[in-house]
Amino acid sequence: MLTWSKPAHFSSVKNFSFLLLLFVLRSPVSFSQDANTLLEKVRDKLNLVNNYEADAVMKTDISFLKVPKANVKVYFKKPDKIKVRNEKGVSFVPKGAVSINLNSIISGNNFTVIDAGNTTLGGTQLRVLKLLPEDENSNVILSTIYIDEKKAVIIKAKTTTRDNGTFELDMDYGKYTQYGLPDNVVFTFNTRDYKVPKGVTFDYDNNTQKADAEKDKDKQGKVEITYSSYKINKGVSDEIFK
Amino acid sequence: MWNLLQFELFKTFKKPRTYIAFGAIAAIVFLIQIALLINGKEYVQFILSSVDETLVIPYAKITNGYWICFAILNLLLIHVPILVALVSGDIIAGEANAGTLRLLLTKPFSRTKLLLAKFFACIIYTLILLVWMAFLALFISVLLFGTNDLVVAKEFELVQIEKADVLWRYFAAFGFAAVALMVVAALSFFLSSISENSIGPIVATVSIIIVLTILSEMRIPIYDNTVKPYLFTTHMLGWKGFFYIDANANGQTIRGSVSNISALFKSLAVLVAYIIIFTGSAIYIFNRKDVLS
Repeated sequence: MLTWSKPAHFSSVKNFSFLLLLFVLRSPVSFSQDANTLLEKVRDKLNLVNNYEADAVMKTDISFLKVPKANVKVYFKKPDKIKVRNEKGVSFVPKGAVSINLNSIISGNNFTVIDAGNTTLGGTQLRVLKLLPEDENSNVILSTIYIDEKKAVIIKAKTTTRDNGTFELDMDYGKYTQYGLPDNVVFTFNTRDYKVPKGVTFDYDNNTQKADAEKDKDKQGKVEITYSSYKINKGVSDEIFK
Repeated sequence: MWNLLQFELFKTFKKPRTYIAFGAIAAIVFLIQIALLINGKEYVQFILSSVDETLVIPYAKITNGYWICFAILNLLLIHVPILVALVSGDIIAGEANAGTLRLLLTKPFSRTKLLLAKFFACIIYTLILLVWMAFLALFISVLLFGTNDLVVAKEFELVQIEKADVLWRYFAAFGFAAVALMVVAALSFFLSSISENSIGPIVATVSIIIVLTILSEMRIPIYDNTVKPYLFTTHMLGWKGFFYIDANANGQTIRGSVSNISALFKSLAVLVAYIIIFTGSAIYIFNRKDVLS
């Protein structure tokens, strides 16, 4: 009786064919679909929140600004209304922080999603997606988001705009991960020159002016908001955003 | 000495011209308050126009009583020396002009005592004027506009001071401003001691302050490192130093701190030195002067 045994190289050929098949299947189309599904998962999580009112502490680090830590309330209402309010004192809030938030970045479908692969940030494996707006006149030129696939939350977002340069959002999650709401947000943005004529300010020269002027050359500003509690979907009046 | 001081104060406050300064300050403060009540937002917008596109600026909260007071002092403390000179420039030369100085010197007081009484009368007038200005600029502004955090706009920096950390700074600033105005009083007192009519010392004081203020404020390297550190007008603005707050490495202000406080003490020392030099010179010259009028 004749028996046929598999030559040793046959197994290698089969494996190679399987790998080739995998390679073919990993075409941009399937990548894009996967990216869209992931984005949809993130969006679904964020969609659980219709509105919130949060207590937070805001730390501002802008070269020309010396301000104290501020206890603020952050209000949000769908689709993209957001307001940072200091009930007791004065707070300077970067304009971009108001208009650029996660919901405004990923809301709607007027952009093309490009899967940019994986990266590691702070020891966590993240999926990188690039969002290209379809509207040529959109203020946003490109958004890059870094997603923690397991938790389906955005860990980092970089948005490049026509008018205000590049904004970055870095987020840490904790108690409110199931809603996609961060415990800590660091917002990095470009600042413009600040200068008031000396004839208006009549500054007293205490030998710190030169150091202040040098410091002013740093054109990156940072605002860190640490949330202590959220009241989710309890209703927020439209009056607050006026 | 006390009787002599009372007598000098009586003479000073009996003159109608003494009250011109109080009226002028009240008028200026009320005009600024009304202007800022109506157009405060526009004024803040003008100052902060360079960051208006970067930051959301809470204009209504910024234009509070503390900020209005700072704006008033910023505008007014350049002009108050003129009002101080009105009295201190006249206090000796006015008597010489009226022909009462020789008569006064026949009294059984030393010339030094007489001059010190006159100088202290000038100081008391200056302090009352400053208290009047503080009352109108700070307390009336706080009553009208309420209180909140104070935002101070410097040439290259915006400083925010928490509400609870502001009031003591005003008291310290008024204390410093009192010393600064005493220098002006001492200068015009000195000029008054070498003059025969009161217009000369008043105009001379104002002229000196204008010239030196321009030198202090202009950025000309030849003056910056040579003359400027020694001009009293450079140090007179030291009251603002109490509103320059320290910040940590992350840019957050440190409550209760004053940025480079040693510079403030240095300024205070320079101002006190000027008071001693001007007053001492006036006494020295007057003691050797042949008083003919």
